[in-house]
Amino acid sequence: MNPLTTCLLLSALLFSIGLAGALSRRNAILVLVGIELMLNAANLNFIAFWRYGPNPAALTGVMFTLFSIGIAAAEAAVGLGIILAVYRHTKSTDLDHMNSLKG
Amino acid sequence: MSIVFFILAALTITGTAAAMALRNAVHCILALTLGFVGLAALYLQLGAQFVGFTQIMVYIGAVAILAVFAIMMTRSAGPHPQPAFSRTWRTGTLIAVIVFAVLAYAISHTTLAPATLPQPEVTVNQIGDTLMHQYALPLEILGLLLTAALIGAVIVAMPAKQEAPQ
Amino acid sequence: MTTPDTIDQIFVITKHWLLGYVPAPLQPIASAILSVLPVMGVFPLLFAITTVLERKGLGRIQNRYGPNRVGPAGFWQPAADGIKSLTKEDVVPRNADQIVHFLAPIVLVIASFIVYAVLPIGRNMVITDLNSGLLYFFAVGSMVELSVFMAGWSSHSKYSLLGAMRATAQMISYEIPLVLAAVVVIMATGSLSTVTIVNAQTGYTMGFPHWFVFTPWGFAGFILFMIAATAESNRSPFDLPEGESEIIAGYYIEYSGFKFALFFLGEYLGMFATSGLAITLFLGGWAAPFSFLTWIPSYFWFFAKLLVIIGVFIWVRGTLPRLRQDQLMGFAWKFMLPMTLLNVFVAAAWHFLPTGIIRWAVCTALLVIPFIVFSMGLKQNKKLQVRTYRFAE
Repeated sequence: MNPLTTCLLLSALLFSIGLAGALSRRNAILVLVGIELMLNAANLNFIAFWRYGPNPAALTGVMFTLFSIGIAAAEAAVGLGIILAVYRHTKSTDLDHMNSLKG
Repeated sequence: MSIVFFILAALTITGTAAAMALRNAVHCILALTLGFVGLAALYLQLGAQFVGFTQIMVYIGAVAILAVFAIMMTRSAGPHPQPAFSRTWRTGTLIAVIVFAVLAYAISHTTLAPATLPQPEVTVNQIGDTLMHQYALPLEILGLLLTAALIGAVIVAMPAKQEAPQ
Repeated sequence: MTTPDTIDQIFVITKHWLLGYVPAPLQPIASAILSVLPVMGVFPLLFAITTVLERKGLGRIQNRYGPNRVGPAGFWQPAADGIKSLTKEDVVPRNADQIVHFLAPIVLVIASFIVYAVLPIGRNMVITDLNSGLLYFFAVGSMVELSVFMAGWSSHSKYSLLGAMRATAQMISYEIPLVLAAVVVIMATGSLSTVTIVNAQTGYTMGFPHWFVFTPWGFAGFILFMIAATAESNRSPFDLPEGESEIIAGYYIEYSGFKFALFFLGEYLGMFATSGLAITLFLGGWAAPFSFLTWIPSYFWFFAKLLVIIGVFIWVRGTLPRLRQDQLMGFAWKFMLPMTLLNVFVAAAWHFLPTGIIRWAVCTALLVIPFIVFSMGLKQNKKLQVRTYRFAE
């Protein structure tokens, strides 16, 4: 198995762990964490393709990862802000309790 | 692939899996930081030094701390009367397993020809140059996005103004 | 090689001489160990010296003696403290989260130690010259916050949790000015490597050094960096995370014995590391202050500067009153952040303006006028006057 395949498999595993967490956790914060993990799996793919790609001098993978990290930070800030706002309303972060549109 | 890579991969997978499986939310975040450290070390291993340190700085220094603050403010780390997983966790895990199976099948049945180049030497100057010339516009947009997210997060999380007593 | 050069490089020469005895396959790891061990020995020793200096200095400021019983003039006090903390019972609260409670001091000490990897403590004396050294420093520094939270949360005590939340909020808030204050130096040298930054400051004009602190943006950056560093290392006047009258010892209240000593060690190591970074960034690192003093070894200058900065820390701790929590946050966001951002702008202006007196005048004005405006804003029409004391008759 060549190094690129190993990286991709690791990244796929990371993505699946994140997906499983996002789909099955009750706590909204941990669902957000699962989504962050999925983003991280994508970042690992970018770095792996950049490292083993034909033209590493172009730095495309590195750039994409840096931007992706920045966007993930913005996403975490807004997401946690929304969770706080919802918590103030329903006094819970349990997603199973948030099944009505009426506040 | 060196033995170091597999150790780091095991660390990452253990950390992230624990982050998704543990009951206590704070334990989850602490396990998550372990996973992020492993991932950052993997980036270093792959020759992306700048990205690795940025990963530690942003994910551990900012995102993990932010999540911890959110857990503290929503009191979701106390004793849990109800289960940590939602009612549909079997379906969720099944979907994740199927996704992994499909991805793994696709990856292992693709003939990838990685270029066996030596470890690329990326200096910070190169990254800076590329960021300021070729990617100047995305950088500006990212700055705008972060500013908007900062203001938006503050406004969303701000307590609604109390109505003045009549 | 001349004699001063030999003395200057004595540690480097010794290391290479020792490496000659190691078989070739083991040389990289032996080299790493030989570089790391002195650092792991010297800075805890400095910690021991600093504790006694601090207690004696504070005693002098507060008109009392300080430790003076163990050894000559009390200088064996750290040894006595060390033995005491080692032999004391290690109490862990029954409700505490045992694993996290145990890991917190370890994470803190490890994070405090590994930042020294990029500090140049002398000519050719740096453990590793990373291309993105400054980023490494700040990234590892951010792990300290997590260990503080781990300590406070795992103790399951209201005091420790409140202390930890205070400490984390304070460290996050002051990390932004800390990094932004360092950015001006990156702009001037065009490098994140600490070694390159020091090398850029080693020149002399008419016997005076090219340290960045002798420029308007460098001076402002240095002051802002030191204020942020004081807050980062939780020292007075920013020592809100611990306060005897409100939350007692803050996040490490439930720690005893050796773990408590580890927290103490971690805190001081963090302070030395940030001070060392301030020296590297603004005070010319290991460079001598005058060209006729270059014969004195480089590591001597580094530690001399470090001791001076530690002295200033002790002096400030003994002199200034503490802030309130809201004042602390207001200071970070309403004064430090705008000033550091402005300083970044001034550094850019300095780069593009022609050399001469106009450059100095413009840059100084750009810094002094907003400083006055922001200070007025912080004062908020409060009338400050000399406090009149009324003593009991």
